[in-house]
Amino acid sequence: MLGYALKRLTSLAVSLLVASLVIFLVVEVAPGDPASYMLGMNAQPDTVAALRTELGLDLPKWQRYLAWLGGMLTGDFGTSYTYRTPVAEMVAERITVSLPLALYALGLSTLIALPAGIYAAARRGKAGDAGVIGATQLGIAIPNFWFAMLLVLLFALKLRWFSAGGFPGWEQPLLALKSLTLPAVALALPQAAILARVMRSSLIDILSEDFIRTARAKGLSRRQALWRHGLRNALIPVLTILGLQFSFLLAGAIIIEQVFFLPGLGRLIFQSITQRDLIVVESVVMLLVFAVIAVNFLTDMAYAIADPRLRHAR
Amino acid sequence: MSVSSGQKYPGGPGAEPPVRQVSQALLQVEGLSLAFGGTAILRDVSLSLPQGEILALTGESGSGKSMTALAAIGLLPERAETSGRLLLSGRDLMTLPERDLCALRGREVGMVFQEPMTALNPVQRIGDQVMETILIHKAMSRDAARARAAEVMARVGLDPERIPPTRYPHELSGGQRQRVGIAMAIALRPKLLIADEPTTALDVTTQAQILDLLTGLVRDEGMGLLMITHDIAVVAGMADRIAVMNAGRIVEQGPTAQVLAEQRHPYTRQLFEASRHQAPLAPVTPGETQLSVQQAVRDYPLPRRHPLAPRRMFRAVKGVSFDIRRGERVGLVGESGCGKSTLSRAILGLEPLQAGMITLDGKPILSHGRPDPEIRRRVQVVFQDPYGSFNPRHSVGRIIAEPFHLLPDPPKGAARQAAIAGALTAVGLKPEHAGAPIHAFSGGQRQRIAIARALIIEPELVIFDEAVSALDVRVRAQILDLVAELSRRRGLSYLFVSHDLSVVRSITDRVLVMREGEIVERGDTSDVFDNPRHWYTKTLMEAAPRLRAPETGGEDDAGGEPL
Repeated sequence: MLGYALKRLTSLAVSLLVASLVIFLVVEVAPGDPASYMLGMNAQPDTVAALRTELGLDLPKWQRYLAWLGGMLTGDFGTSYTYRTPVAEMVAERITVSLPLALYALGLSTLIALPAGIYAAARRGKAGDAGVIGATQLGIAIPNFWFAMLLVLLFALKLRWFSAGGFPGWEQPLLALKSLTLPAVALALPQAAILARVMRSSLIDILSEDFIRTARAKGLSRRQALWRHGLRNALIPVLTILGLQFSFLLAGAIIIEQVFFLPGLGRLIFQSITQRDLIVVESVVMLLVFAVIAVNFLTDMAYAIADPRLRHAR
Repeated sequence: MSVSSGQKYPGGPGAEPPVRQVSQALLQVEGLSLAFGGTAILRDVSLSLPQGEILALTGESGSGKSMTALAAIGLLPERAETSGRLLLSGRDLMTLPERDLCALRGREVGMVFQEPMTALNPVQRIGDQVMETILIHKAMSRDAARARAAEVMARVGLDPERIPPTRYPHELSGGQRQRVGIAMAIALRPKLLIADEPTTALDVTTQAQILDLLTGLVRDEGMGLLMITHDIAVVAGMADRIAVMNAGRIVEQGPTAQVLAEQRHPYTRQLFEASRHQAPLAPVTPGETQLSVQQAVRDYPLPRRHPLAPRRMFRAVKGVSFDIRRGERVGLVGESGCGKSTLSRAILGLEPLQAGMITLDGKPILSHGRPDPEIRRRVQVVFQDPYGSFNPRHSVGRIIAEPFHLLPDPPKGAARQAAIAGALTAVGLKPEHAGAPIHAFSGGQRQRIAIARALIIEPELVIFDEAVSALDVRVRAQILDLVAELSRRRGLSYLFVSHDLSVVRSITDRVLVMREGEIVERGDTSDVFDNPRHWYTKTLMEAAPRLRAPETGGEDDAGGEPL
């Protein structure tokens, strides 16, 4: 188990290093000079040059890469070109919205999907199963931003249970949570639909395995065999999807954040790109990459917990 | 045919008659019929198994024997339409509600399944799986259950020092897993134990141990054992009674010695003859050396212990040398994991060698790490699994014509059709079968198609890799006859790789015995089989199940028919 974890950690570190290099290079070749953008159309060339020196943009590329990398390792993400505030602070502020939103949506999605998938698999071919399949079909087909707008129309404008958007900050936790509820539901439902289908088909596959028949021959009822032997084996593909979904929920909530006027990471990156605030773009993308890779690492660890065969393999 | 239940104990080889307390039949099947959507699977099956005895239910695949076993543990699929009675200690399982069946399974009836590799939950420790049988029936406290699980695992031969209950199934060999399966089934000392082909997936030496274990359990614990098998030879030495099944009916049943001696039903006779079948192998005078394997070595890398650890190697083939001369028929026997499949793959150019060389007519099979097509097309192969080795979307004609891509100038149009028709005819099929999809054919026909595919480009050497191991005995006999005939008509040389000694004996001139990557014994087939010199060959011979000729079918095992 320790060797397995060590191996995964090594590959995590290598992935991060490669990703940082790719991100740096891509942002470098993208058109647009931050200094001239900041100073506007009519700026004097020597003013621009001075600003470039001040921002460190005139140093050789490799020096800037190393400086950026070294800074990130010590928690210094640099200073935003546009706002002249530390990137770390900006990101920290935004992540208190995006991370809870992603976790909230993930929790909702899991809470809906797993029971639905298990229910459908246990009643395979019956009305309950058909109902779950139909609902998941709908969940996958509906775009989440449109669903979000429907939620706003119904719960915010008509019923007035929730506010239509904005975020009050975490000083009032309950209010904050409430304002995240509609966006989380909008994000969670399509994810739940996919997850429920994976759960259902994975469990159906497992239920036809020989060891389920063995369990029945020992005297377990159909339900006991499903819970005791089916579920843990069926969770492995579900964990894969769950890992992918978390990454998506963290990085891919841009549209939903726009719909609900949430000051999240998605909006930060969107603004930074339009303002050529390259250092912010680099840092936020790097952060998201880190989150994705870290979640993959956690998924791998969860595999090893769920399946003892993996602890010994390569 | 009805059978009285108070049968006199007919005596097994070297076994003491058990102490019999109950004379009423433990399992009594009366006129059991079963159908799925109107298709009859079982027709009027009647069986009787007294306590403390072994009843072998034998027949070919699809004969309904496994369905009978599932009925006896109340695990029939829900959509089964049944009639008749199945009494276990007087209670009719056909009418019991599911709740009562759950209480009965595992407690009064235990079942051992065929595939030890898949019959255990891969993510649960073996000790917990054995304990579960006890705990699910709330038969004991947790501590008592743990103690009983340890006791029963020791009873089935799992040494707690080497195989502690904390192991997971993937850390065990097939035979060890089957022992766990048996431990689960007998943990609560059920009155009836059902074993559905418990040794079919195992090597001969492991098979012999498992059969001994099952027999011992019946004699010691007084259980009744319903043993399902396609191979009469496996049960001939252990069963008290045999029932022969064909197309959902019991065609013959009675005490083992009597059934073996009389073989009243023609189907029984056919099964016995097929099981003992000797293919008519015409004598040949071998020509010059064709295939030459010289000091072949094949290493596999093992997973690293940690990312920086040095790569460790597993040597699957350890410097093996042998020749096959033109027209020769050579057998390669050994148990799973001995390296025989790796070796045959290397001959096909599918595995690189780390040392040594394999040549055909003096030219290396692999040149610069790639198979030389000129050489490669002279060797063809027939694999074991007649269901898995074809692309299910292709027609028979297309499947058979696959090896044509090895030719620089493959035949087209009418010549191609003629070649396909010729290959089909050669294996006893009809040219018009070329257009049919593969799923329309039975296992035996598929194996004929596999042979036709191997023959179509007229190879000089064919490798049969466990080519008849998955087939029923009657089909196996036909395929062996076909191989013998092809050898006679075409002067074909072949390497027959198998774990089944009786098959190798009937179809080869020379035999190589392989163990742990080395050839431990070689020689003329009859010499090696009659006078094995290496201890391992002797072990294999002793472990192989044998069927005596009907005339000698008696009480003792001595003087049995040679393999």
